[in-house]
Amino acid sequence: MSDRVKVALYWCASCGGCEEAVVDLAEELIRLSNSLEIVFWPVAVDFKKSDVEAMPDSSIDISFINGGIRLTEHEEVVKLLRRKSKLVVAFGSCAHGGGVPGLANMYSRDEILRYAYIEAPTVINSEGALPKELSGGVGGELELPKVLKLLKPLDEVVDVDFYIPGCAPTPDVIKKSLETLLSGKLPPKGSVLGASSKSLCDECDLNKTKPEKILLKDIKRVHQVRLDLSKCYLSQGVICLGPVTRGGCGTLCVKGGMPCTGCFGPLDNVSDYGARALSFLASVIDYDDEVQAEKFIEEYIPDPVGWFYRYNLPKSLIKGRYQRQGGGVHG
Amino acid sequence: MSDVRIGVYVCHCGKNIGGVINPAKVAEHAGKLPNVVISRDYVYMCSSPGQLLIEEDIKKYNLNRVIVAACSPRMHEPTFQGVLKRAGLNPWLLQMVNVREHDTWVHENVPEKAEEKAKDLVAAAVARAAHLYEINTVRAPVVKSAVVIGGGIAGIRASLDLANAGIKVYLIEKKQSIGGKMAQLDKTFPTLDCSQCILTPLMVDVSRHPNIEIYAYSEVVDVSGSAGDFKVKVRLKPTYVDWSKCTGCGACVEKCPGRAPKEFDEGLGVRKAIYFEFPQAVPRRPVIDTEHCLWFTKGICKVCEKVCPVGAIDYKQVERYVELNVGAIVVAIGYELYDLSKLSEYGYGKFKNVISGLQLERLSSADGPTRGKILRPSDGKEPKTVGIVLCAGSRDENHVKYCCRFGCAAAIKHVYYIKHALPDAKVLVFYTDVRAFGKGYEEFYQKFRSEENVFFIRGRPAEIFEGRDGSLIFDVYDSNTNQLINVRADLVVLEGAVVPPKDWEPLRRILKVSCDPGGFALELHPKLRPFETTSDGIFLAGAIQGPKDIPDTVAHAAAAAASAIGFLAKGYVESVPYLAVVNEDLCSGCSLCVPICPYGAISVSEKEGKRVAKVDVIKCKGCGACAATCPSGAMQQNYFTDKQVLSEVVVLAGGAK
Repeated sequence: MSDRVKVALYWCASCGGCEEAVVDLAEELIRLSNSLEIVFWPVAVDFKKSDVEAMPDSSIDISFINGGIRLTEHEEVVKLLRRKSKLVVAFGSCAHGGGVPGLANMYSRDEILRYAYIEAPTVINSEGALPKELSGGVGGELELPKVLKLLKPLDEVVDVDFYIPGCAPTPDVIKKSLETLLSGKLPPKGSVLGASSKSLCDECDLNKTKPEKILLKDIKRVHQVRLDLSKCYLSQGVICLGPVTRGGCGTLCVKGGMPCTGCFGPLDNVSDYGARALSFLASVIDYDDEVQAEKFIEEYIPDPVGWFYRYNLPKSLIKGRYQRQGGGVHG
Repeated sequence: MSDVRIGVYVCHCGKNIGGVINPAKVAEHAGKLPNVVISRDYVYMCSSPGQLLIEEDIKKYNLNRVIVAACSPRMHEPTFQGVLKRAGLNPWLLQMVNVREHDTWVHENVPEKAEEKAKDLVAAAVARAAHLYEINTVRAPVVKSAVVIGGGIAGIRASLDLANAGIKVYLIEKKQSIGGKMAQLDKTFPTLDCSQCILTPLMVDVSRHPNIEIYAYSEVVDVSGSAGDFKVKVRLKPTYVDWSKCTGCGACVEKCPGRAPKEFDEGLGVRKAIYFEFPQAVPRRPVIDTEHCLWFTKGICKVCEKVCPVGAIDYKQVERYVELNVGAIVVAIGYELYDLSKLSEYGYGKFKNVISGLQLERLSSADGPTRGKILRPSDGKEPKTVGIVLCAGSRDENHVKYCCRFGCAAAIKHVYYIKHALPDAKVLVFYTDVRAFGKGYEEFYQKFRSEENVFFIRGRPAEIFEGRDGSLIFDVYDSNTNQLINVRADLVVLEGAVVPPKDWEPLRRILKVSCDPGGFALELHPKLRPFETTSDGIFLAGAIQGPKDIPDTVAHAAAAAASAIGFLAKGYVESVPYLAVVNEDLCSGCSLCVPICPYGAISVSEKEGKRVAKVDVIKCKGCGACAATCPSGAMQQNYFTDKQVLSEVVVLAGGAK
């Protein structure tokens, strides 16, 4: 028992897909259980925060943390896990770059709460009640975690040793990452595990069908076109973010008839994924004059942030919409 | 070069820098920065003692990076690179910091802040210098021959100059004869010498020159290779006459029953279906116009075949292609007149007696449709009143914004044509401004504006109406006298706007030459390098760079030729230091860099089963577009790698002071 590697798994602001991805390891999970000892995994195993607090510092070998940091509770737990762990691994797109929940950084905390609890058409809240940090309940006073001003990627809150990319990481990527972590031969700190160092095009079967020059007069959404699955999607006018995105997923989406949306994030030499994606798109737009190019953007790119920063807005240089007046102490 | 050893040299530039900040303080600050071994200030770093100071330090302190904080690198980067070379260092281990233009000149009134800024800029350079590496350029030989595209006066002059310098020239002309627009002119301003008389001897010189080969009735369809070693693919259009057999006797033309409007006379005259472009054509070889030939349209006739004494007629001729290997390309395709029918208010194309300036040239020419008599097209009568409209389409927001640069002088010459042929005629010239700027032009203007019955009126005609007798009726608001004038003219001449030829756009894409807002070829520098392009080895001669009159065209063409001769005489081309370099380990072969390269320098090819980008080092001009586009950061530009640039940014943003 004692020679097994002690691991903790934790989720922050995430959809639960990353937990599912671990379960998707299937038989592999059973095989791994011989070498791993799970000491904390709220979604599956009944250990409490107090159990972790009771552990000596650095007694957990590896903590896998998924989800972005959205609540004070997340901050609290990941800081605790950092203290108790030798290695912290950001697991999946949300922990890595903020992920889809990170797109909420386009709105202020007040806007988000107001919409979710009052304005959404499916909500009836005539009193206009919003979550409070302290509220009187049946069993006495109840304390709720605070919502942070912005969602943050994990490495903005604690020191992160490695990253496992993907929304969610594929079983193959998780397996390879674990093999690397358990091999004892660790790559340089900050490395992205289990994936490729080249962009997705490198492993894509359709790359060889890509013409040398792609020049687009318009962009088609997936539902507007019958894609020829044997030809590079970009050359068919569908924006595939494969060229900007780290490979390693085995082109699962492309094989399934969907263009890459970028969940594996940027390559090592790229500091801002969306900026790169935009400059790549600019290079395939076939308009020379500014007026037409602007029309093109208006017509075909109504949501540039959702498109190019879908998985990493909080980690980008812009981080989110500029918010003039702050509010709250966090973030 | 694992150990980074930096020397920092802060120049006073006399008082330019030293009068605002204290360079000694900047040097002192730099001395405390990481990797800096020695830092100094000196009153004139570019002077020979200053240079010697650096050179000796490099040896004494074993420096492997040099930072000079002085003026713009545009000014003295080559100077200090020379110092590094003399000291045995690669010149690209130099980093200039511009503390003059970027600092003391613009912040003269806040010297303390300027000094802080100088310290920051130097600190950024120190961070960057650690990431500098040796860059070596590559040389490739040049082929000592040239293609000249366009056989007008510009192409003729450029070809002759190149050929006289011993360079083999291939002159490509789209029409069947060289000569261009100048051959259509009757006389030239301001000297009024006969255009053909001064042009045709040059055309003959071209045809007889041992170093010039003319490809007439031909066009450039593709260019590959790079500066110094271009492969130019030329399409020889079918003429249906075997020019190698033809002697130019003209028997076929004489007997041909087919008729068509004569292009050379701007549609005013008539030519045969097999025809010479004009009598003095060079080469004097006919072409069959298949649209009007009875054999091609109706399958009858074949008279030309019967009368040809040498059996040169070949109805089955097909287009041919040749590939020319040359070191340089001179583009001399000239200009085209703006489509005057777009100026609907003037009725060109609708009213027979509204003609273009070029049509007037043909009417005035001895070999023109009227044998030199100025007669109005509608009824062949002599006009008594002639209106000449300047800036027809030029300097007009709705048409062409720029000035045609020869319309004014041409109009003055046209006044002469009319007064010379029809002394009693009244000539009204409607102008916006008379721009008589060239040598002798003002005198030319003064001479003809004072002639009897010649009136220069400042204003543009409003809508022109046609009377029953073909005369033209219109109002002009004269802004000099503040009066509305009612005019009835027998003939109206439009001095039309000038635009690039229609075939320029496809050719431009083949040559990868940029264009200006008017669509003309963009020169490398508007003042200092007006006959070169951003593509090495491609030169501009004449009006394709912008509207020009004949003297300016000839001067420009001669300069282009001289520049091409200089380029070819050097014997080699050298790659730029700022090359784009592919990291094949990161490149996924996504191909996005290929179309973005304005020089066509990148290709993607298979290598060990993987697709990777490859940069042609001679074609690459170091613009950095591919490096900015590369989604994976595999493409980096020498001297401007992400690491180098970002290390500077981090310091300047206050990340690591």
